[in-house]
Amino acid sequence: MKRILLVIAVIALYVLHQDFWFWRTAHPLVFGFIPIGLFYQGCFSVAAALLMWLLVKFAWPSHLERVVEQQRPEEEAAP
Amino acid sequence: MIPAILVFVYLAVVLYIGIFAFRKTAGGKKAEDYFLASRSLGSFVFLFSLFGTNMTAFAILGSSGHAFSNGIVTFGLMASSSGLVIPITLFLIGTRVWALGKRYGFMTPVQMFRDRWECGHIGTAIFVVQAVLLVPYIIIGIMGGGTTLNVISGGLVPYWFGGAIVALVVMSYVFFGGMRGTAWVNTFQTILFLLFGAIAIIVIGAGMGGFRSAVQAMQASPALAPLLTRERISPLYFFSYTFIPLSAIAFPHILIFCLTAEKMNHFKKTVIFYPLCILAIWLPCVFLGVMANRVTDVPQIRAKQEARRVLATQGKTMTPEARDELREQAAGDDVIMLLLQRYAPLWLAGLLGAGIMAAVMASDSQILALSTMFTEDVFAHYGGKRRFGESVQVQTGRIFVILITIFAYAVALRAPETIFELAIQYAFSGYAALSPLLMAALFWKGSTKWGALAVTVWTALAVVAVAIFQHAVPAPAPGPPTLIWSLSGYEVLTRTPGGTAVFGFMPVVPMVIISGLLMIVVSMMTRKPAQATVAKYFFDSRTV
Repeated sequence: MKRILLVIAVIALYVLHQDFWFWRTAHPLVFGFIPIGLFYQGCFSVAAALLMWLLVKFAWPSHLERVVEQQRPEEEAAP
Repeated sequence: MIPAILVFVYLAVVLYIGIFAFRKTAGGKKAEDYFLASRSLGSFVFLFSLFGTNMTAFAILGSSGHAFSNGIVTFGLMASSSGLVIPITLFLIGTRVWALGKRYGFMTPVQMFRDRWECGHIGTAIFVVQAVLLVPYIIIGIMGGGTTLNVISGGLVPYWFGGAIVALVVMSYVFFGGMRGTAWVNTFQTILFLLFGAIAIIVIGAGMGGFRSAVQAMQASPALAPLLTRERISPLYFFSYTFIPLSAIAFPHILIFCLTAEKMNHFKKTVIFYPLCILAIWLPCVFLGVMANRVTDVPQIRAKQEARRVLATQGKTMTPEARDELREQAAGDDVIMLLLQRYAPLWLAGLLGAGIMAAVMASDSQILALSTMFTEDVFAHYGGKRRFGESVQVQTGRIFVILITIFAYAVALRAPETIFELAIQYAFSGYAALSPLLMAALFWKGSTKWGALAVTVWTALAVVAVAIFQHAVPAPAPGPPTLIWSLSGYEVLTRTPGGTAVFGFMPVVPMVIISGLLMIVVSMMTRKPAQATVAKYFFDSRTV
């Protein structure tokens, strides 16, 4: 269930990148000088970082680390 | 001249770091040590060097130049989409490749593909396509170096000489320091150019008397107001760009960098902070690139705006050659440096110039990656290591570093296109189309070497076709694209002022989709590798 929610979150964020609703307007100007389309995409980057934190926290592929803890095959074969 | 002196001091520091790394490795005679820093990079160096190696000249010069001509859309096109797609690919693919590399000793992607699909010459075909696509990326660094030193020195250092100096410095520390030197230099450079964005925006903002009046004046101008929105770019084109960051993980230098982490945990910081690092460097550069349009007292910027105006109003009646010349004059790759020259005190312009050089010189890891690929995928694979030993293999890698740098420099002197166009059209689209190779190798047991070959051949043909098409059909003047082929009223193929469109999408979209389909269809029709081979690549999380 956790993984499904994370996949949905990734897809949702990908869709939110296509912000056609701010396509033809610069307004409102955030802080009086940042066009809204640019501010939105900046916030999108922060949201991406938060999503990455969730992925790392709840879906980290720790089993891969255990694979590496086993010796390399050639080392296993060595006398 | 003071800024140029400071940049030369910076180059000396970078060279020292590379040589210091050489001493640390005691000459670096072991291939794994020279090419992968003995897979021992810590989390801090791993984050900054991986990010730094993916940020080339276009992170500062190209982004501000593109924003100067196209407006705020530049950030959403490349930066924010990369901030989502690249960390996900590092999370899914990078970690898995790291584990396989650590377990089976792979040093290049082709080594892994050869083992995964039980093939030899098909691996060589993949190597050739990867190598050919990587060279433009190296050229970007040298072109950026030439442009930067030329502008910072006020024209005293000619373009050809600046490019030669950058090439020589990069070649030297890669030659001596190998991966360790490259990673340390990249870490130092990344810190510098992350600081660059914040300082540049404060200094230039203060110099311009704040941005509010500049933005309001742009809004009042019919020619400049569209730069504050995205109305000049179609949503389909914008969507297409989200396919470009798929190229990052398929670039050999990024994938090889994934093998250098000491522990898999080191990926955690990289995955989380990657979008924020992109934000820190791209947002100020894009914004300043847009704001440069309001600067009226810098003759070079006014000349660019005049070239853009003439192109827009008289472009349709001009010859393709005259249009290309005007496009070159209107290109804004140096606007951020012109802004610094205008608004920053001399010493600060020099320090910030060093920050730009830091981004420009990211071609080091591409040069090292090509050298690693050549020595591992060709020299060692075809018996060179067995016959001549590991020490000769490392020396061969070093000689290759020299040769490829000289070659890239020679091409950089002749290449007429802007940094941004060159990178996007060839290297990025091509590598994005190669990304299904990695996905299939790591996540689909049914994939085969023939599927991999089909993807590789298709990618090569598609890149060549786009290049030939754009050479044969000149770019139209700004405005509606030239329709080349329509079917039942649908515009199938058009030549746009910035490139090519297929059904309104950039070529990268059909290239990636067809690559994926070819991998599926051809693999389903051909014989799979042995079960024991496939089992090496698929670890069940419940049983490990």
